[in-house]
Amino acid sequence: MNAIIANHLFKSFEKGKIKALEDISFEVKQAELFGLIGPDGAGKTTLFRILATLLLAESGDSSVDGLDVKKDYKAIRKRVGYMPGKFSLYQDLSVEENLNFFAHVFGTTIEQNYHLIKDIYQQLEPFKTRKAGKLSGGMKQKLALCCALIHEPSVLFLDEPTTGVDPVSRKEFWEMLKYLKSEGITILVSTPYMDEASLCDRVALMQKGKILDIDTPVGIIEKYPKKIWSIHASNMYALLQVARAFPNTHTCFGFGESHHLTLNHDAEDYDAFCQYVQEHYKEPFQIQEITATIEDCFMALS
Amino acid sequence: MKTLLFLLEKEFRQIFRNSSIIRIIFVMPIIQLIVLPIAADYEVKNVNIAVVDHDHSSYSRQLVQKIIGSGYFRLVENTDSYKKALKSVEQNDSDVIIEIPAHFERTLIKENEAKLLLAINAVNGTKGNMGGAYLSSIIKDFNQDVRTDWVTFPRMNPMPLLDIVPRFWYNTRMNYQLFMVPGILVILVTMVGSFLTALNIVKEKEVGTIEQINVTPIKKHHFILGKLIPFWVLGLIVTAIGLTVSRVVFGIVPVGSLLVIFGFTAIFLLAVLGLGLLMSNFSDTQQQAMFFAFFMIMVFVLMGGLYTSIDGMPEWAKIMTKFNPVAYFIDVMRLVVIKGSGIYEIRNHIFAILSFAIVFNGLAIWTYKKQV
Repeated sequence: MNAIIANHLFKSFEKGKIKALEDISFEVKQAELFGLIGPDGAGKTTLFRILATLLLAESGDSSVDGLDVKKDYKAIRKRVGYMPGKFSLYQDLSVEENLNFFAHVFGTTIEQNYHLIKDIYQQLEPFKTRKAGKLSGGMKQKLALCCALIHEPSVLFLDEPTTGVDPVSRKEFWEMLKYLKSEGITILVSTPYMDEASLCDRVALMQKGKILDIDTPVGIIEKYPKKIWSIHASNMYALLQVARAFPNTHTCFGFGESHHLTLNHDAEDYDAFCQYVQEHYKEPFQIQEITATIEDCFMALS
Repeated sequence: MKTLLFLLEKEFRQIFRNSSIIRIIFVMPIIQLIVLPIAADYEVKNVNIAVVDHDHSSYSRQLVQKIIGSGYFRLVENTDSYKKALKSVEQNDSDVIIEIPAHFERTLIKENEAKLLLAINAVNGTKGNMGGAYLSSIIKDFNQDVRTDWVTFPRMNPMPLLDIVPRFWYNTRMNYQLFMVPGILVILVTMVGSFLTALNIVKEKEVGTIEQINVTPIKKHHFILGKLIPFWVLGLIVTAIGLTVSRVVFGIVPVGSLLVIFGFTAIFLLAVLGLGLLMSNFSDTQQQAMFFAFFMIMVFVLMGGLYTSIDGMPEWAKIMTKFNPVAYFIDVMRLVVIKGSGIYEIRNHIFAILSFAIVFNGLAIWTYKKQV
């Protein structure tokens, strides 16, 4: 049985002017780490709110842990852990008080489910009397994850849990998710960071309320239809201009330290491209074939 | 039940951790109760008076002396031209002009009557009004003195004189504080009951914590009760503090029973808590809730009979005060504290407040459900 099923979900805001979700369908298997990848405004949060029973879809149905989100929302709330994108614990309560409160609300205690949160909570323990509002960004997210886990949920919804978190904490956070997965918890996580996509079992690429593709990270990269080159030179902007001016250039985007380039006829255009750049750019440049990243795939799809 | 206890524990913890709320609840009432009744006093003192004396007789001097001697007036100008006096009014130096015409004494003796001119600056309505009234009564008194001077030995009074001596029941000395303190206490209880509740709930919305609460199995009525009960308790505490302050500082001992006061406060709090809940349903940010609250408190205070008597309002305003729960509470407080009314005498008020409680809470629950 699939842990999360979404079936042709539609949702719009402001009387239909803004289409947040358009025909969203996907399934997440038990104990799968499923990523929703997409830029801001893709509809990720709306989708989370619908699945977490906070919002009703206009049409389409969905189920979590075999329960219908409309009819059995009360039962679902006992079984899911939801971590909203915005930090939403009580800032004026301490770390320990927050955790205690959410444990009690679910009718359990910290001791009962300590094994689940032990790894993260040990890092928080030195600050347990500190107010939640005074924690650093990474610590806040760890506490929020603890609070979402304290009732031993079978499904975990994490809405951009690593946004605004330092790289070390991000790494720790994802290691934690791997551990939780091994404990049998199904995790639906959203992120705007493409590099985190490769850490998921499967990902859905979302943009403007639509799902562009669903596959394993490797699968998505393999599907990438074209050859891709990375080009580099001392004057990157001039190089970009020249590369884009070449008549058979398919796409050329800046990717951090280099530009990623695709050509209309792939290898056939390669020599012509090199010649064209040499003629127009006049200075030395490097070009090298690379394998596509998730981000390249995302750019190609959108 | 257990969930509710945890919610209450959390709520009280947060309230007592927030030093500004503690200040609002405990320090503000004390300061307001001590300062406001002393400052916002209707008794007008220091009315500035300009005297235009065209007569310069012993009577005119006597009259002026009597006016100044009353203690309510301060002589700022003694001139012989009305124009000059009017100028001092224009410059805001004096509030009242009294003009004593030439031959005042002579006409008074000869014709047994004389005329005086009083001109009152009505920009500050209360001051003008009260000043004028004081002045009239002083002149009346002076008139009486003059008569007794002249008509010294009437064997039999040819004209029976009707002398009216007013007696003020319940507040015999017209103690203004006795009148104001219970009223101000009502405003404070209203603020705690409705506005702090509204702000507290809206804060959860604004900060986003309500998102986290909504995905837990907490039932809605538990959440609402968890919000209302702490402020119900705090409202009663504020009442107790207020009554203590008015007893210690102003020596006001309620004539009626404390039980009636607290009983009524408890019901009244139910009504205003409902109002707070209703307000929170219509605002998403604390800023919006503040504006709502500000608007409401203005209406409540100005239309509640705290400063202006309801009997003196136009007919439409009187009808409006029927829909103002604060007006009932102010009335009850005064009735019980000053007059000593019991439950039977205030039964209509109790019914009114009970219906407010039902209507406000009903509306609040209805609109709350519609939201989610």
